[in-house]
Amino acid sequence: MAARRRPVPAPGALPRLLAAVRSDGQAVSLAEHLHRHGPLPARRGREPDLALVQLVEASGLRGRGGASFPTGRKLRAVASAGRRAVVVVNGAEGEPISSKDHVLLAYDPHLVLDGAAVAAAAVGARDVFVAVNADASTALTAVERAIAERANADRLSFRVVAVPDRFVAGEETALVNLLNGGPAKPIFTPPRPYERGVRDAPTLVQNTETLAHLALIARYGPDWFRAVGTRDEPGSALVTLKGAVHRPGVYEIPLGLPLRDLLAWAGGPRTPISAYLIGGYFGTWLAAAPAESTSLLDADLRPNGASLGARAIFAFPENACGITETARLARYLADESARQCGPCLRGLDAVAKALEHLARANTKHEEPRLPRWLDEIAGRGACRHPDGAVRLVRSALHVFADECALHVRGSCTGSGGPLLPTRARTGR
Amino acid sequence: MRLRVNPIACDGHGLCAELFPERVTLDDWGYPIIDPHPITPELQEHARRVIDACPTLALALALIHNDSAPAVPHGPRAVQLRRQR
Repeated sequence: MAARRRPVPAPGALPRLLAAVRSDGQAVSLAEHLHRHGPLPARRGREPDLALVQLVEASGLRGRGGASFPTGRKLRAVASAGRRAVVVVNGAEGEPISSKDHVLLAYDPHLVLDGAAVAAAAVGARDVFVAVNADASTALTAVERAIAERANADRLSFRVVAVPDRFVAGEETALVNLLNGGPAKPIFTPPRPYERGVRDAPTLVQNTETLAHLALIARYGPDWFRAVGTRDEPGSALVTLKGAVHRPGVYEIPLGLPLRDLLAWAGGPRTPISAYLIGGYFGTWLAAAPAESTSLLDADLRPNGASLGARAIFAFPENACGITETARLARYLADESARQCGPCLRGLDAVAKALEHLARANTKHEEPRLPRWLDEIAGRGACRHPDGAVRLVRSALHVFADECALHVRGSCTGSGGPLLPTRARTGR
Repeated sequence: MRLRVNPIACDGHGLCAELFPERVTLDDWGYPIIDPHPITPELQEHARRVIDACPTLALALALIHNDSAPAVPHGPRAVQLRRQR
């Protein structure tokens, strides 16, 4: 590898993660990647590198998969287990309106593999599994090629694993279950994967984008990372913006960017927007006015009952019906249940039926048990699937309360066909 | 300590609610809703009987954690139960 010293990119400049992405859609080659970033700092031995863990802790990086857990703390938990660890790159992006992780894997796979190598050094791992949705063929091919290109320079065993294209398959215990030869369904915890995961080894399951940040933090340091974002939520983040905007797609934002600015980046709304779904299908509906005056930061979203979650945002047009669309999402999420836990299997089905009934606008009454069901279902599954679905439905009933009242009286203002995708697209 | 159900193992037989109404009720589909309050020393014997009576061995006593971290099953018994399945 070239040992020539690279200039450090300007700390405040964006994009960082997407800086190398080629306009022709081809994946960045290893030569191009090294030319831009230079090689990773050499790994110090086979044992966990606690100095590296400390570096990540100092960066304040939080996981970009949805839970926003401090990455340094997770690395430390795995590194402290005292046994040979395993690293899993979580590229199972089951969220239908998110494509940021597949974009990274497809266009700059070496950045992600670098991040996996950094994580492996930090926790003392030799085996790295790269889990990617089976139907994300572009991402899969790019990762396979990138691993071959590296020709074992990392002295790691990289294995690519195709993950069934189901919503829950990306949940970390579901991935561990799959890698242990089981179905891609969540398992009851504890033990958590960091205690006992793949082949009973302490296992670090880390989101694709989070690892890409590690690749940059290891090279340029925590202060560089913190030059954008806020003190508590530092760095840049990839956000998928879909819906009624002129240029939907994946954007790299400084955390804390006003949603209004992101809309402007995307060419503004195509039609008037009534609401935003923030955080993907486990996320929260926010009415347009409060949403547009907030910024993309958990600290700002939390008072509105929302969070960045999976970092996918859908701009919902005024002429569509939020109740009808949420009913479709509730049905999708009920069908995507792993069908293992009664409250999720039976409860989400009942919730979806109640909403479908309401959406048809011929019910003349709201299901009186619905509020109690929503209260009772959350928190009673082995994973967070029911909690996420409940959050979505609850926020819809709040934000689309007027539309809801119309439905009860037998009318609906919505027009047009289905908007929010309920199956992950193929051929990504 | 509090009572915890493994929702994957639970088949909704409902014995727990019948035997331990102080801490367990059933939802509309027959699955247990566990009162998160601690199992007081007076209730502990009672709780253990319910744990033993569950046909799918889905119940266990778990230590209460003050933070949001998931509770850890208490003692070797809980761990052994999970491994049997």
